[in-house]
Amino acid sequence: MMIQNSYILNLLKEGKRLDNRKIDEYRKIKIEKNPITQAEGSARIKIGNTEVLVGVKMDVGEPFPDKPEDGVLITNAEFSPLASPNFETGPPREGSIELARVVDRGIRESGAIDTKKLCIKKKEKVWMVFVDVQILNHAGNLIDAAGLGAIVALLNAKMPEYDEKEEKVNYEKKTQPLPVKSNPVPVTQSKVDSTFLIDTNLEEEDVAEGRITITTKDDGNICSIQKSGSSAFTLDEITKAIDNSINKGKELRKLL
Amino acid sequence: MKRQDGRNANEIRPIVIKAGVIEQAQGSAMVSLGNTRAIAAVYGPRALFPKHLQRPDKAYLNTVYNMVPFSTKERNRPGPSRRSNEISKVTRHALEPAIFLEEFPKSEIFLCIDIIEANAGTRTAGINAAAVALADAGIPMRDFVTSIAVGKVNGEYIVDMTGKEEEVTHCDLPVAFMPRTKKITLLQMDGDLPQKDVKELIQFAMKSAEEIYKKQKEALRKRWTS
Repeated sequence: MMIQNSYILNLLKEGKRLDNRKIDEYRKIKIEKNPITQAEGSARIKIGNTEVLVGVKMDVGEPFPDKPEDGVLITNAEFSPLASPNFETGPPREGSIELARVVDRGIRESGAIDTKKLCIKKKEKVWMVFVDVQILNHAGNLIDAAGLGAIVALLNAKMPEYDEKEEKVNYEKKTQPLPVKSNPVPVTQSKVDSTFLIDTNLEEEDVAEGRITITTKDDGNICSIQKSGSSAFTLDEITKAIDNSINKGKELRKLL
Repeated sequence: MKRQDGRNANEIRPIVIKAGVIEQAQGSAMVSLGNTRAIAAVYGPRALFPKHLQRPDKAYLNTVYNMVPFSTKERNRPGPSRRSNEISKVTRHALEPAIFLEEFPKSEIFLCIDIIEANAGTRTAGINAAAVALADAGIPMRDFVTSIAVGKVNGEYIVDMTGKEEEVTHCDLPVAFMPRTKKITLLQMDGDLPQKDVKELIQFAMKSAEEIYKKQKEALRKRWTS
């Protein structure tokens, strides 16, 4: 492991990466829309060997008292033991909680879902939107894959109908698209030595001391930031990371 | 602009910091910013169990952030939540860069932060208390850590928001940094802001936090010189 680490560091000094990518180059991204027919919307995202599945399910429930006319968004992530020798069963660990919360904030703060249009009866009934992230293979950069999957799944989601008389959701009839207003895209950069790497693979994540995820919107505004990991950043580094995220976000958004 | 509680935009709430508040702990501190109050206690360095968590090259900063049930308007269900789990994680990352963890391989430094009263800014108050508690415990540090959150209301940047202000702000941007090197160790943001604002807000936060750093040092001096 130590040999591998110093190899990665030495390569980086020459501006090179293990798989010959540029410092700011994503691995090949593949997007499959609506692979899961039972879900209201879904996406399967591959970034290199990393693979995640994101599903959107909807149900009717009570709104939060402070937002009586808004639909509810709930985001969750499962790090299934299927996806990595390092994932275990049991209650969610901080890694999956952080991922879900970062993805959630991107969607929420960007106003991606027009929650006002998800109100059925004020104070009583609103649509609940569940975004569930299932990791299939962990080969690095899970947050970007999950964030991309979430917005693709939302964009392709069809709402089931609600039968007011029977007070039941009719999952057989999915007609209207889910109202989506904006396309938040997270871009994560990891700091190795003093270089910022985009789309780290597992080996690179082992060497990285810290990372920063910045979620941007179509207009280039920033809707969420999360610094993570045990290193410190200068303000200049953060400013540069924001620039990179805006540019890369534009690229990724073309794939939607 | 005067704020609801009469503060200026760049004015933090009345701040009190006290070091050495938990007799049993190796080091401890209490921070109150208005009626947001955090207590931090440090135990260790001590052996880390289970053994497989031990790291051969450095200590593990085991961090727990916890809100007590009566700290909020509506009772906060005791025990860890998804929110508190995430805050524990980012708090650990906010402090790690400042500590010489490599001096204590295979050990843990246990840091517990209890929020006893919450009116916004609890993670930053917790980090401020934790830095004092770590220093109070005599843990070797390469720099201090100071933390504050900033926001933007009616086009103006404001520091140290109350719960009421958090409801109307365009963003919530907590920052922690090492005051000597000005390196940033915690950065989160929720909201909707152009790029330029983010940079200016970080600078605004670091400037406004100077008073907190002063109070942190004063608290330690008071505890160890009397």
